[in-house]
Amino acid sequence: MCLDTLIPQIGIITDIRQETPDVKTFRVNAPEGGKLFEHMPGQCAMLCVPGISEGMFSITSSPTNQEYQEFSIKQCGILTDYLHGMETGSEIMVRGPYGNHFPVETELKGRNLLFIAGGIGLAPLRSVINYVLDNRDNYGTVDILYGSRSADDLVQLKEIQEVWMKMEGVDVHLTIDREQDGWDGNVGFVPTYLKELGFSTDKTALVCGPPIMIKFVLAALEEMGFGKDQVYTTLELRMKCGVGKCGRCNIGSKYVCKDGPVFRCDEVDELPDEY
Amino acid sequence: MYKIEKEKLTALFQMIAADQELFLPIRNGGQVNFGPWSEAVEVDLETLNSVKSPKDVFFPQSENLYTVKQNDGHMCIEPEELKNQDFVVFGIRPCDVKGVEVLDKVFLVDPLDSYYAARREHATLVSMACNEPEETCFCKAFGIDCVEPGGDVAVWRVGEELYWKPLNEKGEALTDKVKSLLVEAEESCVAEQQAAVRKIVEKLPYADLSLDGWNGEALDAKFNSDIWEKLYTPCLACGTCTFVCPTCQCYDIKDYDTGSSGVQRYRCWDSCMYSDFTMMAHGNNRTNQMQRFRQRFMHKLVYFPANNGGMYSCVGCGRCVAKCPASLNIVKVIKAFQEKGGEL
Repeated sequence: MCLDTLIPQIGIITDIRQETPDVKTFRVNAPEGGKLFEHMPGQCAMLCVPGISEGMFSITSSPTNQEYQEFSIKQCGILTDYLHGMETGSEIMVRGPYGNHFPVETELKGRNLLFIAGGIGLAPLRSVINYVLDNRDNYGTVDILYGSRSADDLVQLKEIQEVWMKMEGVDVHLTIDREQDGWDGNVGFVPTYLKELGFSTDKTALVCGPPIMIKFVLAALEEMGFGKDQVYTTLELRMKCGVGKCGRCNIGSKYVCKDGPVFRCDEVDELPDEY
Repeated sequence: MYKIEKEKLTALFQMIAADQELFLPIRNGGQVNFGPWSEAVEVDLETLNSVKSPKDVFFPQSENLYTVKQNDGHMCIEPEELKNQDFVVFGIRPCDVKGVEVLDKVFLVDPLDSYYAARREHATLVSMACNEPEETCFCKAFGIDCVEPGGDVAVWRVGEELYWKPLNEKGEALTDKVKSLLVEAEESCVAEQQAAVRKIVEKLPYADLSLDGWNGEALDAKFNSDIWEKLYTPCLACGTCTFVCPTCQCYDIKDYDTGSSGVQRYRCWDSCMYSDFTMMAHGNNRTNQMQRFRQRFMHKLVYFPANNGGMYSCVGCGRCVAKCPASLNIVKVIKAFQEKGGEL
């Protein structure tokens, strides 16, 4: 029998990392080892816990990782509360991948890239960043601007410091919202720091973070001279089915789960102001 | 074309139902809804609209998708069996047939919804022409001719006869099955009644309803119009319009823990009229009823047509007109924009 796309597969949680006080990264494998499915950077998957519910999460690991998939998840609701209580070795149901992806093999190829992330918004961008770094010759310069509430809320800090910061041709700019003991980096909101850094407009920007940050970052980029077609972001609306049928994430004639989550900003502009 | 005396309809239903399920309009407790035929039920072919549209034959109000059981400490997923037996839907109205075509555009596009697709594959639709359209009807605005039914077999009730015309291979197959009850007839036998009913349609209150300007364009102007603020205020957010609607297809996915028999993950109808429909952990992108009200009609009249070659997600059945406790409906929306003309 051909299984419906609404029916999940069973995976095993093989590793859990506490990233910040409220974010954990879950590594998921197929029961026989390896990955449950192939995906592209920016795509999402539905994690399902029977008896609790299911929810859509971005896949934070890069497709170039052949061994597993990872999800960085912030504890903020019934399902994520439950997930945060799970242990390594537990079974979990996964369905997907869903949605479109960042155009890493087309529009982004050969471009200088500027990644701008806030808080848990690093999760989807991490997939693209590692994809780009694993295919380094296909892309130009890489700048990563990442900010969070505090130094303790920076997700994937170990990888940022030990891998990204040490790579040639990669510039990482970190910032936190408020002064904090032991932090000698920048202090200030992401949009402000972005303007202070003043990147040249020969780049394509990929933006992900809380809605309020995205709003101010997009305005800052426009002010800096970036064209709408040079900026990509992701939208996040309530989703149930993941395949453009249940109606929740409908905005204008688009379904974020199927036509998104990745949109170029000139495409976002065509949507009704309801996101 | 064929015909059968109305007196023999019970024999017809017996013959159809001999080896397959037969769904038709049944009167029960003063209400007419589609349900499975048996000798015991009261078939009602006179009532124009069933309370709920027959969409739940294909897209049930609630259906299990799969069950998760624990087997030796491991999860085990048992998908619900798909429909695998042929069945017949008898007496579905031309507007509701069009409603099924709208649902097809949702559930049969990639990725296919296999639960819905299996039901569609096994169904034969016997669609019944309307004799007495009601004041709430406006199917004509959506290009539907209520005396020229679609589906697989078209039927007309004229006098003491029911006229029967197969429209495709599925219809021919059903016709062959019941041929011993049918006698040949001339198509002209229904022409007179068709002409008479079309005349009634021309005189209905909503006969002049025009969809000019609802061609998927001027999205921003419609979205930002102040008409919505004026129109939505009586809305109670009860969701009745979405539940009786033949084209509303929004659904929720939920869990039911049966205890010893595992956890059933089922889907059920949901409504964009409800405040928690778009609620997320980090907020809600539609925070008031005006936005939710606007979404429903923008979807039916602008977004859906934009994605489906101009096909509207409304068929003019009039259920929302008849059932809304606050007398709100899609006709009011269309007319409000119509009256304002280009000045939105």
